[in-house]
Amino acid sequence: MDAKRVETISARVDAAVSSPDSVEDELELSAVRHRPEGLEQLEAQTRFSRKELQILYRGFKNECPSGVVNEETFKDIYSQFFPQGDASTYAHFLFNAFDTDHNGSVSFEDFVMGLSILLRGTIQEKLNWAFNLYDINKDGYITKEEMLDIMKAIYDMMGKCTYPVLKEETPRQHVEVFFQKMDKNKDGVVTIDEFIDCCQNDENIMRSMHLFENVL
Amino acid sequence: MASGVAAWLPFARAAAIGWMPVANCPMPIAPRDNSKRQDELIILNVSGRRFQTWRTTLDRYPDTLLGSSEKDFFYNEESKEYFFDRDPDAFRSILNFYRTGKLHYPRHECISAYDEELTFFGIIPEIIGDCCYEEYKDRKRENLERLQDDQEENKDQKLPNMNFRETMWRAFENPHTSTMALVFYYVTGFFIAISVITNVVETVPCGSTANQKDMPCGERYTVAFFCMDTACVMIFTVEYLLRLFAAPSRYRFMRSVMSIIDVVAILPYYIGLVMTNNEDVSGAFVTLRVFRVFRIFKFSRHSQGLRILGYTLKSCASELGFLLFSLTMAIIIFATVMFYAEKGSSSSKFTSIPASFWYTIVTMTTLGYGDMVPKTIAGKIFGSICSLSGVLVIALPVPVIVSNFSRIYHQNQRADKRRAQKKARLARIRISKSSSANAFIQSKRNGLLNELLELTAKEEDEQKLAKSISLLESQHHHLLQCLEKTTAHEFVDEQVYEQNCLERALQTYASRSPSISSHDSSEGTCCGRRGKRNTPLPNASLPSSHQGPLQELSAIHIQCGDPPSRTASRSNLNLKTDNSGRINCKGGRITTAIISLPTPPALTPDGDGLHGPPQRRPPPPPISNSSTDVFTASTVKKD
Repeated sequence: MDAKRVETISARVDAAVSSPDSVEDELELSAVRHRPEGLEQLEAQTRFSRKELQILYRGFKNECPSGVVNEETFKDIYSQFFPQGDASTYAHFLFNAFDTDHNGSVSFEDFVMGLSILLRGTIQEKLNWAFNLYDINKDGYITKEEMLDIMKAIYDMMGKCTYPVLKEETPRQHVEVFFQKMDKNKDGVVTIDEFIDCCQNDENIMRSMHLFENVL
Repeated sequence: MASGVAAWLPFARAAAIGWMPVANCPMPIAPRDNSKRQDELIILNVSGRRFQTWRTTLDRYPDTLLGSSEKDFFYNEESKEYFFDRDPDAFRSILNFYRTGKLHYPRHECISAYDEELTFFGIIPEIIGDCCYEEYKDRKRENLERLQDDQEENKDQKLPNMNFRETMWRAFENPHTSTMALVFYYVTGFFIAISVITNVVETVPCGSTANQKDMPCGERYTVAFFCMDTACVMIFTVEYLLRLFAAPSRYRFMRSVMSIIDVVAILPYYIGLVMTNNEDVSGAFVTLRVFRVFRIFKFSRHSQGLRILGYTLKSCASELGFLLFSLTMAIIIFATVMFYAEKGSSSSKFTSIPASFWYTIVTMTTLGYGDMVPKTIAGKIFGSICSLSGVLVIALPVPVIVSNFSRIYHQNQRADKRRAQKKARLARIRISKSSSANAFIQSKRNGLLNELLELTAKEEDEQKLAKSISLLESQHHHLLQCLEKTTAHEFVDEQVYEQNCLERALQTYASRSPSISSHDSSEGTCCGRRGKRNTPLPNASLPSSHQGPLQELSAIHIQCGDPPSRTASRSNLNLKTDNSGRINCKGGRITTAIISLPTPPALTPDGDGLHGPPQRRPPPPPISNSSTDVFTASTVKKD
């Protein structure tokens, strides 16, 4: 028990010592390399087991040998899942949602924290994450313009060849429906409480939140 | 699905939670990953050398041998490893492909051995990385040429919608594209040769008659030569006008070198026709005849090498300029020296410096005619210095020109190669991209097929179909289905989309122009099909399965009281405007429903017979009731 305590303390010290290195690495313009925090650290911070973290890291590092994903690579990777449409706008929003410290790149810690919320988090946390995704300027309110941007990005992923044919006003209509449902006090913005309240009362949304729990 | 990013699929699926609050419909159920294997190390024994890797590394490319279940054939139970009796050296680069996602071509490998390995392991060579791809392709081509196996590169594929003018231009530029073009090419070449030979023979003395001295053939057989000349010029004029007509940019064509040569070749003839047989202008006329020799330059269209020579000379302009300049300098210097050296001697031919130019040039190019020779000792000394320096001055720039020519020639060959490669690669990338999109739509159809098979309770078939799609693919398709549900729109493929577009366009324009019905549009549109009244339906049972809705159409047709003299296509169009929205929707749904009906044997997936003229068909047999029931059942389900 004590040994483990010592281990975690030493791991934390190591992380503290190595973090200026990683900061330096990030400041380097060429050959940016980022080493993540130790396995125990991540195990403590996320809800993944050791093995799962190993698998995740191996996949991550294979795609991005430098240890960080920049926005271009992120867009590339995400676009490959949606060959019919243009996924770059939505990927941009997604990137901003994952890049919690807003430094322009997603490191393995960001990646794994995000995944931990999405796959193993409570409903509250997941809804929080979704709200954060929609709130583009992170001011705590979702305005109609922000929602319209997100909606257009989602519809862009569908591409041109859809049935029924996508019209210009379809995203706008969808936004109207969304706001009618979510905006309780009709003040034109959706706050986090309205959002969470409304989602918790909606059966469909609740059920779909549990959809991806067995992904990893 | 795109290979190499399979590792990121869990991430993409997790991120789909962002769509959930926005979606209005419930999400489809996720496929279960029943075989929850732990990630394990796999041992690959290739002819004794053991390679080890994670199972998930190999699973990244499920359409290759190592990534699919095909490797189970090579599993060795006793040693618990996969044994392959292949070359371990080549296997290294193949395994690296799985690890890094990039396939490299090791230069020391023999090209055909490497190809065989790639084929064995199910990897297409096109995904070789850019660093090694050119080398690979070059080696492959060399090999093929050595085996005297010509690959037919498809350059200038006939585009589907080329009008007559574009076809003609293509025929002119590439004679190998069609027989007519080849005939034309050879005919013009023949006539160019005839014309040049005529010009040459014209001046040969033909043998004297009794009273006249030797005459050139041209003056003896004036009429014959004139006819020959006329014929050639006719052909050339026609050719020039045709090229001018077919050229995509006439102004640019007229400025190009080849067209100027063409014009210069035929102009003397016309000028000669216009001018009278005046004595004073006939001198100028004779000069114009010289320009007829330019016809020989028309051969450059027929010879790639000649064109390259011309291009080389153009690009070596600086070297040629230097050559000329240095020669001029040397000529002036030596001519001056020779003149002053020979000034003293009597009866010397070196009368002036310009007169000495001739001697200097003849000596420097080592021609040495001997019509002008120095007589004084000083003259002879300087003469010898002149000839020695001549050799040097000329020998220096010439290799530069030669190497330029060789470089440009090979560059030209390589540019053609690279252009063909690039087109093929882009085409394959496009195909693979569209195939992944089509895979999803195909699986949707298969999904409907599954549901209908459930109705007919064939358990084994359903299980077989469910297994044939890999877990990765099913997860990816589920992700796309979630997106569909979020936006309440479906993915369809190009043909159906165009069909729907045209149906909607017809709704708005059907009332206006009757010409739409006879408009010859592309294959996949309803309108085009309605126009084709002469295509008999391949399957007699096809109309019976949806005679129900067609009956409705014809019933409405009678109610509207349209005159029966109108063509069936017109009446269908009118009907469309009456019940446009609903019938269109059903039309779209009918297409999908037909695919999923297993009972009619040979169904065409497109709505070919859908809009056939109703009055031609026989009255519906009783089978229609049951099939329309199924049809309505499936439409209801889709709603």
